[in-house]
Amino acid sequence: MFEHYLSLFVKSVFIENMALAFFLGMCTFMAISKKVDTAFGLGIAVIFVQLITVPVNNLIYTHVLQEGALAWAGLPDVDLTFLGLITYIGVIAAMVQILEMILDRFVPSLYNSLGIFLPLITVNCAILGGSLFMVERSYNFGESVVYGFGSGFGWALAIVLLAGIREKMKYSNVPKGLRGLGITFITAGLMAIAFMLFSGIQL
Amino acid sequence: MKFLRNFLDKQEKHFVKGGKLEKFFPLFEAIDTFLYTPSTVTLKASHVRDSLDLKRMMLTVVVALIPATLMAFYNTGLQANLALEAVGGSSLGNWQGGLAASLGIPFDSSNILANMLLGLIYFLPIYIVTLAAGGFWEVLFAIVRKHEVNEGFFVTSLLFPLILPPTIPLWQVAIGISFGVVIGKEIYGGVGMNILNPALVSRAFLFFAYPGQISGDKVWVAVDGVSKATPLAAMADPNIPFNFSWSNAFFGTIPGSMGETSTLAILIGALILIYTGIGSWRTMLSVVIGMVGMALFFNFVGSGTNPMFAVTPAWHFVVGGFAFGTVFMATDPVTSAMTIKGKYYYGLLIGILVVLIRVVNPAFPEGMMLAILFGNITAPIIDKLVINANIKRRQLRNVV
Repeated sequence: MFEHYLSLFVKSVFIENMALAFFLGMCTFMAISKKVDTAFGLGIAVIFVQLITVPVNNLIYTHVLQEGALAWAGLPDVDLTFLGLITYIGVIAAMVQILEMILDRFVPSLYNSLGIFLPLITVNCAILGGSLFMVERSYNFGESVVYGFGSGFGWALAIVLLAGIREKMKYSNVPKGLRGLGITFITAGLMAIAFMLFSGIQL
Repeated sequence: MKFLRNFLDKQEKHFVKGGKLEKFFPLFEAIDTFLYTPSTVTLKASHVRDSLDLKRMMLTVVVALIPATLMAFYNTGLQANLALEAVGGSSLGNWQGGLAASLGIPFDSSNILANMLLGLIYFLPIYIVTLAAGGFWEVLFAIVRKHEVNEGFFVTSLLFPLILPPTIPLWQVAIGISFGVVIGKEIYGGVGMNILNPALVSRAFLFFAYPGQISGDKVWVAVDGVSKATPLAAMADPNIPFNFSWSNAFFGTIPGSMGETSTLAILIGALILIYTGIGSWRTMLSVVIGMVGMALFFNFVGSGTNPMFAVTPAWHFVVGGFAFGTVFMATDPVTSAMTIKGKYYYGLLIGILVVLIRVVNPAFPEGMMLAILFGNITAPIIDKLVINANIKRRQLRNVV
């Protein structure tokens, strides 16, 4: 059992890295990766949101939305899966609101440096992607906890690595037209090549 | 020699500001400083009293690569001739073989000189294409962006052919080195400002774009239609007979990328790099430690289905690109970790990853190149963590 969870974790962090294998959550990935400290803070926030929303969405899916899930209420034929998207995004939005309040109250410096990108975690594709992958691969509750943590961790790892590279790139002499986002996209692409190292590992 | 100096001095006026060929100054400067020590000195502080400059550093790496390059000639020819003798044919079935035949080079695997010449016929075109294609981009960027052509390219352009199989199509060589030089290095500003090793970027690009010509078991022997697996591939697949001895692998008479096979020649290069202080012994040592630790771990765990679990550290050391990557790629001063402590962590990471990939990832039996690329992208963050830890430690020391 433990082995199964461990392999799922490794898979979601390295082999199916949200940012560098699926290229999800690119907007924040590009925008908040200028400094390692901020990137680290955002990474923690994403791990936190992912760790909560994926299991919560898993519960909602299995007990409310899934076909036949409402049998206990005498409605065995009801299939609410079409409500999936709107429910998941609602849960995510609520979680992000709570997170925002917590950060504002306890870590105001991080709250200020994340700025608009904190509420934008709501529409971060990596977060919604986590919930949708969870449904698509029909994970059970335990797996969804591990997967939520792992996918968030992988995304956080990728953004911290990119931020480290971008801090080093301050000393680079990039051609004018590529400065800023252009070179960052290319760097992310090169990082993805390095992450291909893990593709094909069978666990 | 005086004549050459005078000639260069006379030509200089065309290239300096206001001259007719002002645009091509980087080209002139490259030739001039390649031939003679530059006479420019620093005008203000700080003065470094050391004769080691970037040029000497890069040329030392090239010197350290010479044993591996010579073995590359010998082994490429040897493998081709051995395969030819095994098949019983008389022609290699490609233009290189035709050229060798018309030059009167005997196809005889016991003749060392013949082997070397045949290997040279394979190596030289690849090297020339690398120099031409890569050099074109170097000079173009130098002219447009008005920086100097840097000697770092000599190292890249020698490393790259050495990590390719002898049968690689020449157009792929040109595409690969173009990608490595432009995307891997020049758009970051040139030598010293790149994040990833350009030779590795080139190789990784070719590996993912054209896997058919750079992996598998048809590419390592320079005879058409002959397939011979590398020792690593033979270890991973129980269906391929494993008929290599450790000493063969150590001396380098095994199929593989041209410059990677001979661990002995690479170790000679390592001695030169360590003795001159150019390659970091810390990085090399910790890569080896990481590899040995991880290999012993897998030996200990064991597996009934995966034969790679049982490969001993001694074998990991001599097969594939491990030694070459450790000595010449991982120690690249630009892309590796800069801090002393960071170098240990960086090396350990590469050593652990390479064995991990070799053992559990059937897609890439050769994990060294990608493991170093991964090490390169983690190097900045390793440095940052080491520096932050140091700051914290010293702050604590000053608490009253």
